[in-house]
Amino acid sequence: MTQVSADRRKFRMGRLERKNTLIAYTFLAPNFIGFAVFTLIPVVLSIVMSFTEWKGGDLTSMQWVGLNNYAEIFKTAKVGTEMANKGFFAGLSYFFNKVDLGISLKNTIFYTVVTVPLTLVCSIALAMVLNHAVKGAVAFRAVFFFPYVASMVAICVCWNFMLMKNGPVNQILMAFGSKFNKSWTADSTMAMWAIILVSVWRSMGYYMVIYLAALQGVPRELYEAATVDGANKWQQFTHVTLPQLRPTTFFASIMLIIGCFKIYDTVAIMTNGGPGRATKMLVLYIYNEAFVNFNYGLASAIAMVLLVLVLLVTIVQFSMEDKYANS
Amino acid sequence: MTAISAKPRQHAPMKPGRVIGRTILYLVLILLTVFTLIPFFWMLSASLKLDREVFSFPMRWIPETFHWENYSLIWTKVPMLTYFKNTAIIAIAVTFIQTLTSSFAAYAFAKLNFRGRNFLFLAYIGTIAVPWQAYMLPQFVLMRSMGLYDRLLAMIVLQSFSAFGVFLMRQFYQGIPTDLCEAARIDGLSEYGIWLRIMLPLSKAAIATLVIFTFIGTWNDYMGPMIYLTRDVNKTIQVGLRRFIQENSSDYHLIMAASVTSLVPVTIVFLALQRYFIEGIATSGLKG
Repeated sequence: MTQVSADRRKFRMGRLERKNTLIAYTFLAPNFIGFAVFTLIPVVLSIVMSFTEWKGGDLTSMQWVGLNNYAEIFKTAKVGTEMANKGFFAGLSYFFNKVDLGISLKNTIFYTVVTVPLTLVCSIALAMVLNHAVKGAVAFRAVFFFPYVASMVAICVCWNFMLMKNGPVNQILMAFGSKFNKSWTADSTMAMWAIILVSVWRSMGYYMVIYLAALQGVPRELYEAATVDGANKWQQFTHVTLPQLRPTTFFASIMLIIGCFKIYDTVAIMTNGGPGRATKMLVLYIYNEAFVNFNYGLASAIAMVLLVLVLLVTIVQFSMEDKYANS
Repeated sequence: MTAISAKPRQHAPMKPGRVIGRTILYLVLILLTVFTLIPFFWMLSASLKLDREVFSFPMRWIPETFHWENYSLIWTKVPMLTYFKNTAIIAIAVTFIQTLTSSFAAYAFAKLNFRGRNFLFLAYIGTIAVPWQAYMLPQFVLMRSMGLYDRLLAMIVLQSFSAFGVFLMRQFYQGIPTDLCEAARIDGLSEYGIWLRIMLPLSKAAIATLVIFTFIGTWNDYMGPMIYLTRDVNKTIQVGLRRFIQENSSDYHLIMAASVTSLVPVTIVFLALQRYFIEGIATSGLKG
């Protein structure tokens, strides 16, 4: 008797589970089919394509070339002979100053290393100011956030004009004694700073919002205790606020770093990588190889370099998350 | 959840030291506001000038005479209306499909038990970490072979099924007690009924966040339309504006007028819904 009912229950559970799974799949299908075709398959294909040579004609013209694309983008032969003849560092210097990939990597990393801390500092400053009792804080919050939603083309072209010869920025700087009156984006050192300026200006409001939320979570007792101990405002900031904000800063840094690695719009609109290769970035390099020169295999190999960089940051994030999120 | 309110805190009556402190605070605030808004102000100002006035030396922040005709001129120089229409079609379609399908899929991930759930969810999560720029080329090849090159539909299907939407909605659904679903099941509601009558009404805030993120993201997208849309009749406002800039590179005043015009719709949406947008970021901390 018990045996039978147990069996029957098992049978019914099986049917129920099948039914549930079927229902679940109908929920998933509309999104998953699109996701699989337009994201999952291309992700897998991008790895495969980096080992092929293809100019984009019909599929039969695609050729398996092994690691050739990687040898080509890293210029392993030239960098190798340079290293053999003039030493290891001469080879590295050749890679980062002469090879397209090296230059793009150098520029992207320089841009990231400067932009991330600057954005963090600005957004913490904004959040601290707005966290004080200021009238119209909601309106100010919206104002500082607005650059983040404004379209890149309009913003970038506007900044481009503002940074031109006789533009408002140069005129203001000259009023303070600066001698520089050239278009920033045409100058090989200032072009990069123009891009950094726009990036920081655009995203500081976004991270301000995240910091504002985090500041609300800092227990007031900590400040009271610090005041009792005789800490001034600055000490309170460095010894209470900043440590309490550490998980947020960690999270914001990771998002900013990944965002910086993927920079394209600003560069494409403001400098197109120029002057020369002064602001050539990784994604711009991928775009040009893929959609201007039609070197599909080469472009895919460069894309893999970007992928590895981003995945490395993600791995760091996951491995350090516990340490920073709980302290 | 950390509710974010920018409401001022209560303070005791001011001492002289505080007055100085607050003066500095407001000065910093004004400086930062000027830094943030100056490009928009300059854009507006330049859009109402004559082209030779834009880079006058010394500069004038307020135009001598307001040349409003710049704004009517741009519509004759470039098919702005077509660009606007295309962008609106893409943005609305993507927002609708994205919100609907991802809330549907998120329900399965959050509230249903089925075989392969963890594996499938891992596939979604895994691709969030993969930058789009790393697989845009094979995606393009695939889309072209489907005959979607230079068609608005390409931009729609490209952005409608992002893993981000599913992830965001699932996080929210997990916060809704499963007991609610159980009770509804006992009352004889089907899973579709539960999704429609319980989950959807309860997730208005998450849906609002997703809608705004998707809409603004799609409206401002530059690289996608740049790759896919080549004919003028198909261009979105971003790439259209870019074309206009390249073809009339010295008509500074007209470029600025077109830029201001391109910002109007997104500004309206932002001002109307900024609370949801900002609070959505504060609570989810996610990027759009």
